[in-house]
Amino acid sequence: MSDRTEVSSQPPLIDVQDVHYAVGTHSVFSGLNVRVAVGKITAIMGPSGTGKTTLLRLIMGQIVPQSGRISVFGQDVGALKRRELYALRQRVGLLFQNGALLTGMSVFDNVAFPVREHARLPEPVLRKLVLMKLQAVGLRGAAELMPSELSGGMARRVALARAIVMDPEVLLYDEPFVGLDPISKGVILRLIQSLNKTLHITSVLVSHDVQEISAIADHTYLLSSGVVVADGNPAELKQDASAVVHQFMTGAPDGPVPFHYPAADYNAQLLER
Amino acid sequence: MSASAARGQAIRSNLIKIGAVTRFLLRVLGQALPALSRPRLLIEQIYNAGARSLVIIMLCGLFVGMVLGLQGYDLLARFGSESALGVAAALGLIRELGPVLTALLFAGRAGTALASEIGLMRATDQLTAMEMMAVDPVRYVVAPRFLGGFIAMPLLTAIFDCIGIYGTQLIGVVMMRIPTGTFWSQTVNAVELRDIREGVIKSLVFGLACSLIAVYEGYYAEPTAEGVGLATTRTVVTSAVMVLMLDYVLTAAFL
Repeated sequence: MSDRTEVSSQPPLIDVQDVHYAVGTHSVFSGLNVRVAVGKITAIMGPSGTGKTTLLRLIMGQIVPQSGRISVFGQDVGALKRRELYALRQRVGLLFQNGALLTGMSVFDNVAFPVREHARLPEPVLRKLVLMKLQAVGLRGAAELMPSELSGGMARRVALARAIVMDPEVLLYDEPFVGLDPISKGVILRLIQSLNKTLHITSVLVSHDVQEISAIADHTYLLSSGVVVADGNPAELKQDASAVVHQFMTGAPDGPVPFHYPAADYNAQLLER
Repeated sequence: MSASAARGQAIRSNLIKIGAVTRFLLRVLGQALPALSRPRLLIEQIYNAGARSLVIIMLCGLFVGMVLGLQGYDLLARFGSESALGVAAALGLIRELGPVLTALLFAGRAGTALASEIGLMRATDQLTAMEMMAVDPVRYVVAPRFLGGFIAMPLLTAIFDCIGIYGTQLIGVVMMRIPTGTFWSQTVNAVELRDIREGVIKSLVFGLACSLIAVYEGYYAEPTAEGVGLATTRTVVTSAVMVLMLDYVLTAAFL
Protein backbone atom coordinates (compact mmCIF):
# COMPACT_ATOMS: atom_id res chain seq x y z
CA MET A 1 0.00 0.00 0.00
CA SER A 2 3.07 2.26 0.22
CA ASP A 3 2.70 3.06 -3.44
CA ARG A 4 -0.79 4.48 -2.98
CA THR A 5 0.36 6.72 -0.17
CA GLU A 6 3.12 8.04 -2.41
CA VAL A 7 0.67 8.73 -5.23
CA SER A 8 -1.61 10.77 -3.02
CA SER A 9 1.11 12.70 -1.15
CA GLN A 10 2.55 14.42 -4.26
CA PRO A 11 0.69 16.62 -6.70
CA PRO A 12 0.05 14.38 -9.70
CA LEU A 13 1.68 15.24 -13.03
CA ILE A 14 -1.39 14.16 -14.94
CA ASP A 15 -4.73 14.38 -13.19
CA VAL A 16 -7.88 13.08 -14.84
CA GLN A 17 -10.87 14.14 -12.76
CA ASP A 18 -14.39 12.83 -13.25
CA VAL A 19 -14.12 12.75 -17.04
CA HIS A 20 -17.19 11.95 -19.11
CA TYR A 21 -16.65 11.33 -22.79
CA ALA A 22 -19.03 9.93 -25.38
CA VAL A 23 -18.86 9.42 -29.13
CA GLY A 24 -22.39 10.04 -30.40
CA THR A 25 -24.61 7.99 -28.12
CA HIS A 26 -21.84 5.57 -27.14
CA SER A 27 -20.41 6.45 -23.74
CA VAL A 28 -16.65 5.79 -23.49
CA PHE A 29 -15.95 7.25 -20.04
CA SER A 30 -18.48 7.93 -17.33
CA GLY A 31 -16.66 9.51 -14.42
CA LEU A 32 -13.05 8.48 -14.98
CA ASN A 33 -10.42 9.36 -12.37
CA VAL A 34 -6.72 8.69 -12.99
CA ARG A 35 -3.67 10.25 -11.36
CA VAL A 36 -0.15 9.87 -12.69
CA ALA A 37 2.61 10.41 -10.16
CA VAL A 38 5.87 12.16 -11.03
CA GLY A 39 8.72 9.85 -11.99
CA LYS A 40 6.65 6.68 -11.85
CA ILE A 41 5.54 4.13 -14.42
CA THR A 42 1.75 4.17 -14.43
CA ALA A 43 -0.12 1.58 -16.46
CA ILE A 44 -3.63 1.87 -17.81
CA MET A 45 -5.02 -1.57 -18.51
CA GLY A 46 -8.31 -2.94 -19.62
CA PRO A 47 -9.99 -5.10 -22.23
CA SER A 48 -9.95 -3.98 -25.88
CA GLY A 49 -12.44 -1.25 -26.60
CA THR A 50 -12.45 0.28 -23.10
CA GLY A 51 -11.08 3.55 -24.47
CA LYS A 52 -7.44 3.29 -23.37
CA THR A 53 -6.16 5.01 -26.52
CA THR A 54 -8.99 7.55 -26.21
CA LEU A 55 -7.65 8.42 -22.77
CA LEU A 56 -4.22 9.20 -24.28
CA ARG A 57 -5.89 11.39 -26.91
CA LEU A 58 -7.72 13.22 -24.13
CA ILE A 59 -4.50 13.74 -22.18
CA MET A 60 -2.79 15.12 -25.31
CA GLY A 61 -5.69 17.50 -25.92
CA GLN A 62 -6.53 16.01 -29.30
CA ILE A 63 -10.11 15.54 -28.15
CA VAL A 64 -11.98 17.32 -25.39
CA PRO A 65 -14.19 15.62 -22.78
CA GLN A 66 -17.87 16.56 -22.48
CA SER A 67 -17.35 17.17 -18.77
CA GLY A 68 -14.63 16.77 -16.18
CA ARG A 69 -11.11 18.14 -16.12
CA ILE A 70 -7.77 16.83 -17.35
CA SER A 71 -4.73 18.65 -16.08
CA VAL A 72 -1.18 18.06 -17.24
CA PHE A 73 1.63 19.94 -15.44
CA GLY A 74 -1.20 21.71 -13.60
CA GLN A 75 -2.69 23.10 -16.83
CA ASP A 76 -6.27 22.37 -17.85
CA VAL A 77 -5.73 20.72 -21.24
CA GLY A 78 -9.28 21.32 -22.47
CA ALA A 79 -9.02 25.07 -21.92
CA LEU A 80 -5.71 25.60 -23.74
CA LYS A 81 -5.42 27.51 -27.02
CA ARG A 82 -3.65 25.77 -29.92
CA ARG A 83 -0.38 27.62 -29.26
CA GLU A 84 -0.43 26.74 -25.55
CA LEU A 85 -1.37 23.16 -26.32
CA TYR A 86 1.57 22.87 -28.74
CA ALA A 87 3.89 24.29 -26.05
CA LEU A 88 2.62 21.64 -23.64
CA ARG A 89 3.02 18.86 -26.21
CA GLN A 90 6.72 19.71 -26.55
CA ARG A 91 7.10 18.50 -22.97
CA VAL A 92 5.23 15.25 -23.60
CA GLY A 93 6.32 12.38 -25.85
CA LEU A 94 3.85 9.96 -27.36
CA LEU A 95 4.74 6.57 -28.76
CA PHE A 96 2.13 5.43 -31.26
CA GLN A 97 1.01 1.83 -31.49
CA ASN A 98 2.28 1.55 -35.08
CA GLY A 99 5.19 3.96 -34.65
CA ALA A 100 3.62 6.50 -37.06
CA LEU A 101 7.00 7.29 -38.62
CA LEU A 102 6.98 9.76 -41.50
CA THR A 103 7.38 7.46 -44.47
CA GLY A 104 8.93 10.05 -46.77
CA MET A 105 12.12 10.47 -44.72
CA SER A 106 14.92 8.30 -43.36
CA VAL A 107 15.23 7.05 -39.79
CA PHE A 108 17.74 9.80 -39.04
CA ASP A 109 15.47 12.54 -40.40
CA ASN A 110 12.49 11.10 -38.54
CA VAL A 111 14.30 11.38 -35.23
CA ALA A 112 15.67 14.81 -36.15
CA PHE A 113 12.24 16.06 -37.26
CA PRO A 114 10.92 17.49 -33.94
CA VAL A 115 14.26 19.17 -33.21
CA ARG A 116 14.44 20.73 -36.67
CA GLU A 117 10.90 22.04 -36.21
CA HIS A 118 11.32 23.46 -32.72
CA ALA A 119 14.98 24.37 -32.26
CA ARG A 120 17.65 25.90 -34.42
CA LEU A 121 20.54 23.57 -33.73
CA PRO A 122 23.65 23.60 -35.90
CA GLU A 123 23.65 20.48 -38.09
CA PRO A 124 26.74 18.85 -36.44
CA VAL A 125 25.16 19.23 -32.97
CA LEU A 126 21.84 17.88 -34.24
CA ARG A 127 23.64 14.95 -35.80
CA LYS A 128 25.32 14.05 -32.50
CA LEU A 129 22.03 14.38 -30.63
CA VAL A 130 20.14 12.14 -33.06
CA LEU A 131 22.91 9.53 -33.09
CA MET A 132 22.89 9.48 -29.28
CA LYS A 133 19.14 8.88 -29.19
CA LEU A 134 19.43 6.18 -31.85
CA GLN A 135 22.26 4.59 -29.88
CA ALA A 136 19.99 4.55 -26.81
CA VAL A 137 17.47 2.40 -28.69
CA GLY A 138 20.21 0.35 -30.35
CA LEU A 139 19.55 1.52 -33.91
CA ARG A 140 22.44 3.88 -34.66
CA GLY A 141 23.39 1.57 -37.50
CA ALA A 142 19.96 1.94 -39.09
CA ALA A 143 20.09 5.74 -39.33
CA GLU A 144 20.08 5.82 -43.12
CA LEU A 145 17.31 3.23 -43.62
CA MET A 146 13.82 4.23 -44.71
CA PRO A 147 10.80 3.32 -42.50
CA SER A 148 9.64 0.79 -45.11
CA GLU A 149 12.88 -1.15 -44.54
CA LEU A 150 12.29 -1.59 -40.79
CA SER A 151 10.62 -4.44 -38.92
CA GLY A 152 7.71 -3.66 -36.58
CA GLY A 153 9.91 -3.75 -33.49
CA MET A 154 12.58 -1.56 -35.10
CA ALA A 155 9.98 0.98 -36.22
CA ARG A 156 8.70 1.24 -32.66
CA ARG A 157 12.24 1.75 -31.34
CA VAL A 158 12.84 4.51 -33.90
CA ALA A 159 9.54 6.09 -32.84
CA LEU A 160 10.75 5.85 -29.24
CA ALA A 161 14.00 7.62 -30.17
CA ARG A 162 11.91 10.31 -31.86
CA ALA A 163 9.66 10.60 -28.79
CA ILE A 164 12.65 11.20 -26.47
CA VAL A 165 14.69 13.44 -28.75
CA MET A 166 13.15 16.60 -27.24
CA ASP A 167 13.85 15.27 -23.72
CA PRO A 168 10.20 15.12 -22.63
CA GLU A 169 9.17 15.03 -19.01
CA VAL A 170 6.41 12.52 -19.68
CA LEU A 171 6.23 9.67 -22.17
CA LEU A 172 2.93 8.12 -23.14
CA TYR A 173 3.09 4.66 -24.68
CA ASP A 174 0.13 3.42 -26.70
CA GLU A 175 0.15 -0.39 -26.65
CA PRO A 176 3.95 -0.63 -26.85
CA PHE A 177 4.03 -4.46 -26.91
CA VAL A 178 1.31 -5.25 -29.43
CA GLY A 179 2.42 -7.45 -32.32
CA LEU A 180 6.04 -7.80 -31.20
CA ASP A 181 8.08 -10.98 -30.97
CA PRO A 182 9.34 -11.91 -27.47
CA ILE A 183 12.82 -10.48 -28.11
CA SER A 184 11.49 -7.12 -29.32
CA LYS A 185 9.05 -7.09 -26.41
CA GLY A 186 11.93 -7.61 -24.01
CA VAL A 187 13.91 -4.83 -25.68
CA ILE A 188 11.03 -2.33 -25.45
CA LEU A 189 10.36 -3.36 -21.85
CA ARG A 190 13.98 -2.74 -20.90
CA LEU A 191 14.00 0.59 -22.75
CA ILE A 192 10.86 1.84 -20.97
CA GLN A 193 12.37 0.91 -17.67
CA SER A 194 15.78 2.43 -18.34
CA LEU A 195 14.30 5.68 -19.69
CA ASN A 196 12.23 5.92 -16.54
CA LYS A 197 15.11 5.18 -14.20
CA THR A 198 17.98 7.02 -15.92
CA LEU A 199 16.22 10.03 -17.41
CA HIS A 200 13.49 10.13 -14.74
CA ILE A 201 10.82 10.31 -17.41
CA THR A 202 7.34 9.82 -16.00
CA SER A 203 5.77 7.06 -18.04
CA VAL A 204 2.18 6.19 -18.82
CA LEU A 205 1.63 2.85 -20.49
CA VAL A 206 -1.60 1.88 -22.12
CA SER A 207 -1.60 -1.85 -22.60
CA HIS A 208 -3.36 -5.13 -22.05
CA ASP A 209 -0.25 -7.24 -21.67
CA VAL A 210 -0.63 -8.32 -18.03
CA GLN A 211 2.77 -10.00 -17.75
CA GLU A 212 4.82 -7.15 -19.16
CA ILE A 213 2.95 -4.52 -17.19
CA SER A 214 3.25 -6.49 -13.98
CA ALA A 215 7.02 -6.56 -14.47
CA ILE A 216 7.53 -2.81 -14.66
CA ALA A 217 4.52 -0.76 -13.53
CA ASP A 218 4.60 1.09 -10.22
CA HIS A 219 0.88 1.68 -10.28
CA THR A 220 -1.83 0.18 -12.45
CA TYR A 221 -5.35 1.31 -13.25
CA LEU A 222 -7.79 -1.24 -14.60
CA LEU A 223 -10.54 0.25 -16.73
CA SER A 224 -13.81 -1.38 -17.62
CA SER A 225 -17.08 0.07 -18.91
CA GLY A 226 -15.83 3.64 -18.76
CA VAL A 227 -14.61 3.73 -15.16
CA VAL A 228 -11.65 2.57 -13.08
CA VAL A 229 -12.66 -0.76 -11.55
CA ALA A 230 -9.44 -1.31 -9.63
CA ASP A 231 -6.06 0.28 -9.07
CA GLY A 232 -2.92 -0.46 -7.16
CA ASN A 233 0.47 -2.07 -7.73
CA PRO A 234 0.58 -5.32 -9.72
CA ALA A 235 0.70 -7.53 -6.62
CA GLU A 236 -2.38 -5.87 -5.18
CA LEU A 237 -4.28 -6.28 -8.44
CA LYS A 238 -3.41 -9.97 -8.58
CA GLN A 239 -4.92 -10.43 -5.13
CA ASP A 240 -8.01 -8.38 -5.93
CA ALA A 241 -11.05 -10.56 -5.39
CA SER A 242 -13.46 -8.79 -7.72
CA ALA A 243 -14.65 -10.82 -10.70
CA VAL A 244 -13.68 -8.25 -13.37
CA VAL A 245 -10.12 -7.92 -12.10
CA HIS A 246 -9.75 -11.66 -11.71
CA GLN A 247 -11.00 -12.31 -15.24
CA PHE A 248 -8.63 -9.77 -16.76
CA MET A 249 -5.55 -10.75 -14.75
CA THR A 250 -6.02 -14.48 -15.44
CA GLY A 251 -7.26 -14.09 -19.01
CA ALA A 252 -10.46 -16.09 -18.47
CA PRO A 253 -12.51 -16.14 -21.70
CA ASP A 254 -15.85 -15.61 -20.01
CA GLY A 255 -16.91 -13.63 -16.97
CA PRO A 256 -18.14 -10.10 -16.33
CA VAL A 257 -16.71 -9.25 -19.76
CA PRO A 258 -18.79 -11.77 -21.73
CA PHE A 259 -17.36 -13.97 -24.47
CA HIS A 260 -20.44 -13.33 -26.62
CA TYR A 261 -21.33 -10.00 -28.09
CA PRO A 262 -24.94 -9.19 -27.05
CA ALA A 263 -27.28 -11.03 -29.42
CA ALA A 264 -30.78 -12.44 -29.77
CA ASP A 265 -31.51 -15.91 -28.33
CA TYR A 266 -29.28 -18.47 -30.08
CA ASN A 267 -31.88 -21.25 -30.41
CA ALA A 268 -34.58 -18.87 -31.53
CA GLN A 269 -32.28 -17.43 -34.20
CA LEU A 270 -31.27 -20.87 -35.52
CA LEU A 271 -34.86 -22.12 -35.64
CA GLU A 272 -36.42 -19.08 -37.22
CA ARG A 273 -37.55 -19.52 -40.80
CA MET B 1 -39.59 14.14 -45.51
CA SER B 2 -41.22 16.43 -48.06
CA ALA B 3 -39.41 17.35 -51.25
CA SER B 4 -38.88 20.94 -50.17
CA ALA B 5 -37.51 19.87 -46.78
CA ALA B 6 -35.09 17.50 -48.51
CA ARG B 7 -34.00 20.30 -50.84
CA GLY B 8 -33.51 22.59 -47.85
CA GLN B 9 -31.42 19.92 -46.15
CA ALA B 10 -29.28 19.48 -49.26
CA ILE B 11 -28.72 23.24 -49.60
CA ARG B 12 -27.85 23.47 -45.93
CA SER B 13 -25.30 20.65 -46.08
CA ASN B 14 -23.75 22.16 -49.21
CA LEU B 15 -23.45 25.55 -47.51
CA ILE B 16 -21.81 23.89 -44.51
CA LYS B 17 -19.32 22.18 -46.85
CA ILE B 18 -18.55 25.46 -48.63
CA GLY B 19 -18.03 27.12 -45.24
CA ALA B 20 -15.72 24.32 -44.11
CA VAL B 21 -13.65 24.51 -47.31
CA THR B 22 -13.40 28.30 -47.01
CA ARG B 23 -12.24 28.06 -43.41
CA PHE B 24 -9.70 25.44 -44.45
CA LEU B 25 -8.50 27.73 -47.27
CA LEU B 26 -8.02 30.59 -44.79
CA ARG B 27 -6.11 28.27 -42.47
CA VAL B 28 -3.88 27.14 -45.35
CA LEU B 29 -3.34 30.72 -46.53
CA GLY B 30 -2.44 31.68 -42.96
CA GLN B 31 0.35 29.09 -43.13
CA ALA B 32 1.44 30.07 -46.65
CA LEU B 33 4.03 32.58 -45.49
CA PRO B 34 5.78 30.16 -43.12
CA ALA B 35 5.68 27.62 -45.98
CA LEU B 36 7.29 30.14 -48.36
CA SER B 37 10.10 30.59 -45.86
CA ARG B 38 11.03 26.93 -46.41
CA PRO B 39 11.98 26.91 -50.06
CA ARG B 40 13.23 23.32 -49.99
CA LEU B 41 9.82 21.90 -49.08
CA LEU B 42 8.09 24.15 -51.60
CA ILE B 43 10.46 23.36 -54.46
CA GLU B 44 9.97 19.66 -53.77
CA GLN B 45 6.20 20.12 -54.12
CA ILE B 46 6.47 22.23 -57.28
CA TYR B 47 8.59 19.41 -58.67
CA ASN B 48 6.02 16.81 -57.62
CA ALA B 49 2.99 18.66 -58.96
CA GLY B 50 4.69 20.34 -61.91
CA ALA B 51 7.70 18.49 -63.27
CA ARG B 52 6.13 15.09 -62.75
CA SER B 53 3.07 16.17 -64.74
CA LEU B 54 5.18 17.48 -67.63
CA VAL B 55 5.13 14.40 -69.84
CA ILE B 56 1.36 13.98 -69.79
CA ILE B 57 0.81 17.74 -70.25
CA MET B 58 3.22 17.91 -73.21
CA LEU B 59 1.84 14.79 -74.85
CA CYS B 60 -1.76 15.92 -74.50
CA GLY B 61 -0.86 19.46 -75.59
CA LEU B 62 0.72 18.13 -78.76
CA PHE B 63 -2.26 15.98 -79.69
CA VAL B 64 -4.83 18.65 -78.81
CA GLY B 65 -2.89 21.09 -81.02
CA MET B 66 -2.74 18.59 -83.86
CA VAL B 67 -6.48 17.86 -83.64
CA LEU B 68 -7.14 21.60 -83.62
CA GLY B 69 -4.96 21.81 -86.74
CA LEU B 70 -6.93 19.13 -88.59
CA GLN B 71 -10.40 20.29 -87.53
CA GLY B 72 -9.52 23.98 -87.88
CA TYR B 73 -8.02 23.51 -91.34
CA ASP B 74 -11.07 21.59 -92.54
CA LEU B 75 -13.42 24.25 -91.18
CA LEU B 76 -11.44 27.28 -92.36
CA ALA B 77 -10.86 25.77 -95.83
CA ARG B 78 -14.62 25.91 -96.39
CA PHE B 79 -14.37 29.70 -96.19
CA GLY B 80 -11.05 29.88 -97.97
CA SER B 81 -9.28 31.27 -94.93
CA GLU B 82 -6.87 28.47 -94.06
CA SER B 83 -4.17 31.01 -93.32
CA ALA B 84 -6.06 31.99 -90.14
CA LEU B 85 -5.46 28.50 -88.73
CA GLY B 86 -2.67 29.70 -86.43
CA VAL B 87 -4.84 32.50 -85.04
CA ALA B 88 -7.79 30.21 -84.35
CA ALA B 89 -5.66 27.59 -82.64
CA ALA B 90 -3.57 30.05 -80.62
CA LEU B 91 -6.57 31.99 -79.33
CA GLY B 92 -8.50 28.81 -78.60
CA LEU B 93 -5.57 27.33 -76.73
CA ILE B 94 -4.45 30.39 -74.81
CA ARG B 95 -7.89 31.58 -73.75
CA GLU B 96 -9.75 28.34 -73.28
CA LEU B 97 -8.35 24.92 -74.02
CA GLY B 98 -4.95 25.42 -72.43
CA PRO B 99 -6.12 26.40 -68.94
CA VAL B 100 -9.12 24.03 -68.89
CA LEU B 101 -7.45 20.90 -70.24
CA THR B 102 -4.32 21.49 -68.16
CA ALA B 103 -6.50 21.82 -65.05
CA LEU B 104 -8.39 18.61 -65.87
CA LEU B 105 -5.14 16.73 -66.50
CA PHE B 106 -3.62 18.26 -63.37
CA ALA B 107 -6.59 17.08 -61.29
CA GLY B 108 -6.18 13.56 -62.68
CA ARG B 109 -2.41 13.38 -62.26
CA ALA B 110 -1.23 15.69 -59.48
CA GLY B 111 -4.55 16.22 -57.65
CA THR B 112 -5.13 12.52 -57.07
CA ALA B 113 -1.51 12.04 -56.01
CA LEU B 114 -1.84 14.87 -53.47
CA ALA B 115 -5.16 13.63 -52.08
CA SER B 116 -4.03 10.03 -51.73
CA GLU B 117 -0.66 11.00 -50.23
CA ILE B 118 -2.20 13.23 -47.57
CA GLY B 119 -5.06 10.75 -47.02
CA LEU B 120 -2.58 7.92 -46.46
CA MET B 121 -0.61 10.09 -44.05
CA ARG B 122 -3.88 10.57 -42.16
CA ALA B 123 -4.67 6.84 -42.25
CA THR B 124 -1.21 5.88 -40.95
CA ASP B 125 -1.35 8.41 -38.08
CA GLN B 126 1.48 10.50 -39.56
CA LEU B 127 -0.56 13.71 -39.41
CA THR B 128 -1.64 12.94 -35.84
CA ALA B 129 1.98 12.19 -34.93
CA MET B 130 2.96 15.64 -36.21
CA GLU B 131 0.22 17.26 -34.14
CA MET B 132 1.47 15.36 -31.10
CA MET B 133 5.00 16.63 -31.77
CA ALA B 134 3.53 20.15 -31.76
CA VAL B 135 4.03 20.52 -35.51
CA ASP B 136 1.01 21.86 -37.39
CA PRO B 137 0.43 19.45 -40.31
CA VAL B 138 -1.33 22.24 -42.21
CA ARG B 139 1.92 24.21 -42.14
CA TYR B 140 4.28 21.31 -42.80
CA VAL B 141 2.26 19.09 -45.15
CA VAL B 142 -0.73 20.95 -46.58
CA ALA B 143 0.50 24.48 -47.26
CA PRO B 144 3.61 23.53 -49.30
CA ARG B 145 1.56 21.09 -51.40
CA PHE B 146 -1.18 23.63 -51.96
CA LEU B 147 1.31 26.32 -52.97
CA GLY B 148 3.24 23.85 -55.13
CA GLY B 149 0.10 23.04 -57.12
CA PHE B 150 -0.93 26.69 -57.32
CA ILE B 151 2.46 27.72 -58.69
CA ALA B 152 2.80 24.74 -61.02
CA MET B 153 -0.56 25.20 -62.77
CA PRO B 154 0.17 28.41 -64.75
CA LEU B 155 3.60 27.05 -65.71
CA LEU B 156 2.05 23.82 -66.98
CA THR B 157 -0.63 25.79 -68.82
CA ALA B 158 2.02 27.89 -70.58
CA ILE B 159 3.83 24.74 -71.66
CA PHE B 160 0.56 23.14 -72.81
CA ASP B 161 -0.22 26.26 -74.90
CA CYS B 162 3.22 26.36 -76.52
CA ILE B 163 3.27 22.66 -77.39
CA GLY B 164 -0.35 22.90 -78.60
CA ILE B 165 0.47 25.73 -81.00
CA TYR B 166 3.49 23.76 -82.16
CA GLY B 167 1.15 20.78 -82.82
CA THR B 168 -1.16 22.95 -84.91
CA GLN B 169 1.85 24.27 -86.79
CA LEU B 170 2.92 20.70 -87.55
CA ILE B 171 -0.44 20.04 -89.21
CA GLY B 172 -0.94 23.47 -90.82
CA VAL B 173 2.54 24.22 -92.07
CA VAL B 174 4.21 20.85 -92.47
CA MET B 175 1.22 18.81 -93.64
CA MET B 176 -1.21 21.28 -95.19
CA ARG B 177 1.48 23.58 -96.62
CA ILE B 178 0.30 26.88 -95.17
CA PRO B 179 3.31 29.22 -95.62
CA THR B 180 5.31 29.44 -92.39
CA GLY B 181 5.49 33.24 -92.53
CA THR B 182 1.73 33.61 -92.94
CA PHE B 183 1.00 31.18 -90.13
CA TRP B 184 3.27 32.81 -87.57
CA SER B 185 2.81 36.47 -88.50
CA GLN B 186 -0.97 36.20 -88.35
CA THR B 187 -0.76 34.37 -85.06
CA VAL B 188 1.61 36.89 -83.49
CA ASN B 189 -0.50 39.81 -84.71
CA ALA B 190 -3.79 38.41 -83.49
CA VAL B 191 -2.82 37.35 -79.99
CA GLU B 192 -3.08 40.30 -77.65
CA LEU B 193 -1.97 40.81 -74.11
CA ARG B 194 -5.56 40.55 -72.85
CA ASP B 195 -5.82 37.04 -74.34
CA ILE B 196 -2.73 35.98 -72.44
CA ARG B 197 -4.07 37.69 -69.33
CA GLU B 198 -7.33 35.75 -69.60
CA GLY B 199 -5.42 32.49 -69.85
CA VAL B 200 -3.13 33.32 -66.94
CA ILE B 201 -5.97 34.37 -64.65
CA LYS B 202 -7.95 31.25 -65.52
CA SER B 203 -4.99 29.01 -64.83
CA LEU B 204 -4.36 30.73 -61.49
CA VAL B 205 -8.00 30.30 -60.45
CA PHE B 206 -8.03 26.68 -61.60
CA GLY B 207 -4.72 26.09 -59.82
CA LEU B 208 -6.18 27.40 -56.59
CA ALA B 209 -9.38 25.37 -56.96
CA CYS B 210 -7.73 22.07 -57.95
CA SER B 211 -4.97 22.28 -55.33
CA LEU B 212 -7.41 23.27 -52.61
CA ILE B 213 -9.84 20.45 -53.44
CA ALA B 214 -7.01 17.90 -53.49
CA VAL B 215 -5.47 18.89 -50.15
CA TYR B 216 -8.89 19.31 -48.50
CA GLU B 217 -10.13 15.89 -49.60
CA GLY B 218 -6.86 14.27 -48.53
CA TYR B 219 -6.73 16.03 -45.16
CA TYR B 220 -10.28 15.12 -44.24
CA ALA B 221 -10.24 11.62 -45.75
CA GLU B 222 -11.63 8.80 -43.61
CA PRO B 223 -8.53 7.06 -42.21
CA THR B 224 -9.28 3.78 -44.01
CA ALA B 225 -8.30 2.27 -47.36
CA GLU B 226 -11.82 2.91 -48.62
CA GLY B 227 -11.77 6.49 -47.30
CA VAL B 228 -8.54 7.31 -49.12
CA GLY B 229 -9.93 5.80 -52.34
CA LEU B 230 -13.10 7.85 -52.00
CA ALA B 231 -11.11 11.02 -51.33
CA THR B 232 -9.12 10.44 -54.53
CA THR B 233 -12.27 9.90 -56.57
CA ARG B 234 -13.96 12.96 -55.09
CA THR B 235 -10.88 15.04 -55.91
CA VAL B 236 -11.14 14.26 -59.63
CA VAL B 237 -14.91 14.62 -59.85
CA THR B 238 -15.16 17.83 -57.81
CA SER B 239 -12.15 19.39 -59.55
CA ALA B 240 -13.54 18.64 -63.02
CA VAL B 241 -16.96 20.08 -62.21
CA MET B 242 -15.48 23.13 -60.47
CA VAL B 243 -13.05 23.85 -63.33
CA LEU B 244 -15.82 23.77 -65.95
CA MET B 245 -18.17 25.87 -63.81
CA LEU B 246 -15.50 28.43 -62.99
CA ASP B 247 -14.48 28.47 -66.65
CA TYR B 248 -18.00 29.54 -67.62
CA VAL B 249 -18.05 32.27 -64.96
CA LEU B 250 -14.60 33.59 -65.94
CA THR B 251 -15.29 33.47 -69.68
CA ALA B 252 -18.53 35.37 -69.15
CA ALA B 253 -16.66 37.93 -67.07
CA PHE B 254 -13.92 38.43 -69.68
CA LEU B 255 -16.16 38.80 -72.74
